[in-house]
Amino acid sequence: MATANNILPTQAPEPGSFRLIFSLGTAGFFSGLLLVVVFLYTSPLIEENQKKALQTAIFKVLPDCASFELFVKGPSGLERSISTDEKGVFAGYDKNGTFIGFAIPAEESGFQDIIKVLYGYDPESERIIGFEVLESKETPGLGDKIFKDEEFTEAFRSLVVQPIIEAVKKGKKSRENQVETITGATISSKAVINMLNNSLSEWESSIDGYLETNTEPTR
Amino acid sequence: MKSQESISKNSEEFLKGIWRENPVFVAVLGMCPALAVTNSAINGLAMGLATTFVLFFSSTLVSLFRSFIPKQVRITTFIVIIATFVTVVDMLLAAWVPDIHKELGAFIALIVVNCLILGRQEAFSSKNPVGYSMLDALGMSIGFTIALLSIGVIREILGNGSLFNIDLFGQNFEPWIIMILPPGGFLVLGFLLLCFNRVLNKKSS
Repeated sequence: MATANNILPTQAPEPGSFRLIFSLGTAGFFSGLLLVVVFLYTSPLIEENQKKALQTAIFKVLPDCASFELFVKGPSGLERSISTDEKGVFAGYDKNGTFIGFAIPAEESGFQDIIKVLYGYDPESERIIGFEVLESKETPGLGDKIFKDEEFTEAFRSLVVQPIIEAVKKGKKSRENQVETITGATISSKAVINMLNNSLSEWESSIDGYLETNTEPTR
Repeated sequence: MKSQESISKNSEEFLKGIWRENPVFVAVLGMCPALAVTNSAINGLAMGLATTFVLFFSSTLVSLFRSFIPKQVRITTFIVIIATFVTVVDMLLAAWVPDIHKELGAFIALIVVNCLILGRQEAFSSKNPVGYSMLDALGMSIGFTIALLSIGVIREILGNGSLFNIDLFGQNFEPWIIMILPPGGFLVLGFLLLCFNRVLNKKSS
């Protein structure tokens, strides 16, 4: 008996469930408190960064873009917006103030989390002319190819959107409105294509309406 | 005499993580970030520093409250503490260095499941006084950072011909693309493991 007692560690008395809940609750409470403090400090900085990233993305998806304006959906179609916080589309102009196209933000759930993108749309030729992923948590090495795989992103330099953008398997592209999905990242690539189709159908009518009333939206 | 002993114990706890028990080269822990984000020197360094932050504060807290945390819920409590600091570092990186934050992406959140961190809490901080735990955490994370940085440096030089985004060889260098792709991570890690263990073996024999 004595040897058995020596080998086995002396068991501390089992703590009650209150003690367990109390210690976990305390840990949770303080970690929550810390997170709130850090969040309050970082969220304005992060928003600032996102705005800057959005601006650089606009210049990327609209080649030759020199300035842009935000338009939002109003009661009478597309309207210029003074504030920059609203959800809308950005009209891009080149150096001479000529209209180039719209930069449109869009989002959709991907494989992991919501994917946020910005794409350039030229309503005259009805083509997508640029594409940039703003935010994505897709699987590294697979899903993140939606912005790391150059073959995939290249497809969005000039992509016909009528009647609809179609997803096809690699090597099967035969028409100008088709995009080859990435092997191993089918869900992520299809999410991007669905997102573009949904976003286009959401904005199409108001963009068309706006272009009819203002033949050339100049500054 | 006693102070000398405590100094040598201090430096022992600190140095073991850098050399004799290096988390990457000896214990082979935390392989996921060591392979995945080391395609450039700056990414490896950033990942190492983020892990340092999380490991240091988690170890300090776990060691401070080690007698308060009941054995039955210790792992859960460790994870709560670790996850808190990972979220903090995630938000701070997004606020201060958005480019690196975007590059590291999902791997920052994945620091929570880095077995190096939970392993140190379970094996060391929950059993040792705060001072030793802090030294242990610092040594281990410096060892981890050095490992990630050296993998990143080798892969960036060979795969991109640059170091910290500064071009080293000029136009004539043909980059060894595979080194910045995932297989390059395995190749470099394997090579470094070989060198490290050869040196360690020679020393002991």
